[in-house]
Amino acid sequence: MILEVKNLRVEFPTRRGALVAVDDVSFSIAPGEVLGVVGESGAGKSVTGLAIIGLLEPPGRIAAGEVRLEGRRIDNLPPEDMRRVRGRRIAMVFQDPLTSLNPLYTIGAQLEETIRTHLALAPKASREKALGLLKEVGIPAAEQRYHHYPHQFSGGTRQRVVIALALAAEPSLVIADEPTTALDVSIQAQIIALLKRLAASHRTAVMLITHDMGVIAETAQRVAVMYAGRLVEIGPVRDVIHSPQHPYTVGLMGAIPKISLSRNKSLTQIDGAMPRLNAIPPGCAFNPRCPRRFERCAKERPDLSPAGASEAACWLHEPRRA
Amino acid sequence: MGLLELSEVSRDFDVSRPWLNRVLEGEPRRTLRAVDGLSLAVQRGETLALVGESGSGKSTVARLIVGLYPPSSGRVEFRGRRMQMIFQDPYASLNPRWRVGSIVAEPLLHLRKEKAARVKERVDQLLVQVGLSPEDGEKFPHEFSGGQRQRISIARALAGEPDLLVCDEPTSALDVSVQAQILNLMAELQRRLGLTYVFISHNLAVVSEVADRVGVMYAGRLVELAPAAELFARPRHPYTRMLLDAVPDLAMSGKPRTPVAGEVPNPLALPAGCAFHPRCPHANERCRAERPAFVNSVACHAIAEDRIRG
Repeated sequence: MILEVKNLRVEFPTRRGALVAVDDVSFSIAPGEVLGVVGESGAGKSVTGLAIIGLLEPPGRIAAGEVRLEGRRIDNLPPEDMRRVRGRRIAMVFQDPLTSLNPLYTIGAQLEETIRTHLALAPKASREKALGLLKEVGIPAAEQRYHHYPHQFSGGTRQRVVIALALAAEPSLVIADEPTTALDVSIQAQIIALLKRLAASHRTAVMLITHDMGVIAETAQRVAVMYAGRLVEIGPVRDVIHSPQHPYTVGLMGAIPKISLSRNKSLTQIDGAMPRLNAIPPGCAFNPRCPRRFERCAKERPDLSPAGASEAACWLHEPRRA
Repeated sequence: MGLLELSEVSRDFDVSRPWLNRVLEGEPRRTLRAVDGLSLAVQRGETLALVGESGSGKSTVARLIVGLYPPSSGRVEFRGRRMQMIFQDPYASLNPRWRVGSIVAEPLLHLRKEKAARVKERVDQLLVQVGLSPEDGEKFPHEFSGGQRQRISIARALAGEPDLLVCDEPTSALDVSVQAQILNLMAELQRRLGLTYVFISHNLAVVSEVADRVGVMYAGRLVELAPAAELFARPRHPYTRMLLDAVPDLAMSGKPRTPVAGEVPNPLALPAGCAFHPRCPHANERCRAERPAFVNSVACHAIAEDRIRG
C-alpha cells in the first residue's frame, strides 16, 4: 500500500469546544490505484486530503489516528521533514489552477524550480525533464509554451501544467482536490483521461476528491463516500454505483440527474441538509434524514462492516452474531 | 404565437483598451459579439433549456430576455404579464441586511401594489409554497443554507406572479441532494402555476431532467434546437454529439465514445466560417470559409449537404 490512513480524526478547536471535521476515517490506496473520495460540501473530504499532506490551517490539527506513506508514519513528522515529503513523495492538484501557479514566472521556470528542489539534476537535465513533462501532459508546441506565463494559457491547459508540476518529482501519491470542477465538460473529459493515463503509467496512487460521482465513475477503481466527517461507505466503484449499501449513498445516487430519454420522473430527494459540524446528531450522523432508521441508529454509532461487495457504516448491515 | 420571441438578437460588448492606450499604440476599438443573430420562440407552459460551455453566450441571452442588457440589434418580444429571474448564486442575490419576509414582500409592494395588511398573509403563503415556514420570514439570509436561500429566491420571484421565469444556472452552486430538492420544487411549481421556464445550464444531465426543448449554444450562436427527448437520443450537430460524449458515464456502460478534442475558441478571435470547425471531425473547405445558416433546427454544412446523418 502506498497510503494507509487509520482512524484519522481532525479537530478545529473553537471557543465553544472542538469541531470534529474528520472522525475515525480509515482507508488505503495501492500503487497505480485511483481512490475517489466523494461527498457534499462540508463532508470533510478536502480536510482529509489536507491532513494527509500536512497542510491543515492552524488551529486545525490531527487529534488522533495515523497516516502512513509507504509504511512510514508521516502525520507526526517535524514541519521541516514534512516539507521534504510534500512535493517529493506527495503532490497536490487543486481546483483552481490559477492559484497554484505563480503569475510572475514562466511555467518553464516553475517546473525547473520544482524539479531542482526535489531531484539532484543539473540545469540542462532538469530543463529536458520539464519539457518532457509538458509533452507528456499533452501541451502542444511545448518548446514555445515553455516560455509563456500562466495567464497566457487557457483553463484546461493550465490544469495540465499543474498536473505536470505535481508529477515533476515523481511522487508516489497525488492528491487531486476537485481537479476538474472549474473546467467545462469537454475539457473535464480530457483532464480525466490524462489523470487516468498518468496514474497507470507512473504507478502513482491517486486520491481523487470530488463532489461529482460521474468523474469518479470514469476515473477511479474504488470510491469512499463521506458524510458529516465520517466514512459511510467504501468499495469498488461499480458496486457502489450500481448497488449502494448505505441509505445515504442510495439517496445520493438517486439525486444525481442522469441523461435519460424518459422525462418527468422526479429525482429522489433526501430531505433536509447535512448537519453542521457543531450539531452532529448522536449515533449515526445520517439518522435524522434516513428513511430506514430505527431506534438503535440514534443511540449507537455504526462502524464500517461488510455489506455486499463494499463496506458500509450502517446498522442495517450489522454482521449477524452467531 | 409564443410567449417570448427573440428574432435575430445580437449583443456586442465594447472591450477596447483604455483611450490612452488606443491613442498611443494606435489600436482600434474592439468589440466582442457575445450573442450573434439568435432567434427562438418560447411557448407558454414549456421549459426551454439553453446549454453551452463557458463563453457560449447563454447567460447573456438570459440577461437580454429580462432586459438587463438591451440588444445591439434584433428584437425581443414578450407577450406575457411579467417575467422574473432566478440567479445562480443564492448568496449574492439576497440582501444580507433584510429579513426574508421583507425580501419576499418587496415585489408585492412595488409590483403588485398589494395593501400592507394583505402582504404578510401572502408572504407566508409564498414561503410555505417553496417549502419554508412562515416563521422563516423573521430571519436573515445568513441563517439559511444554500438550498434554502435558493427557495427564498424562488419565493421572491413568484411574488410578482410572473408567467415567465428566467433561471440562470439555478442549481449550479448547490450540492447534488439539494439540487434534486430544488429541481423537484421547480417542476411542482410549474405544474401547479402553469409557469414557463427559460432554463440556462452547462449541465446536460440537469437539462435532460427538466427541459421540454433544448437549445445548444456555441460561441454566441445557436447550433441546434430540438425537443429534449430527440436531442438526447439523436444529437445532430457535431458539437452536440461531442458534448454528450463528454458527459461522464455514470452507468459505467462502457459505451464507445469519440475522444473530445480542442478547446472553446477565444470570443475575440473566433474562427472564420463555422466557429466549431477547428474541433469538428467533419469540417471541410466550406466550413472553414462560410458560416452555416440555421436551417431545420440545426446550423451545420455537413448536415445540410448530407455528408453526415442529421
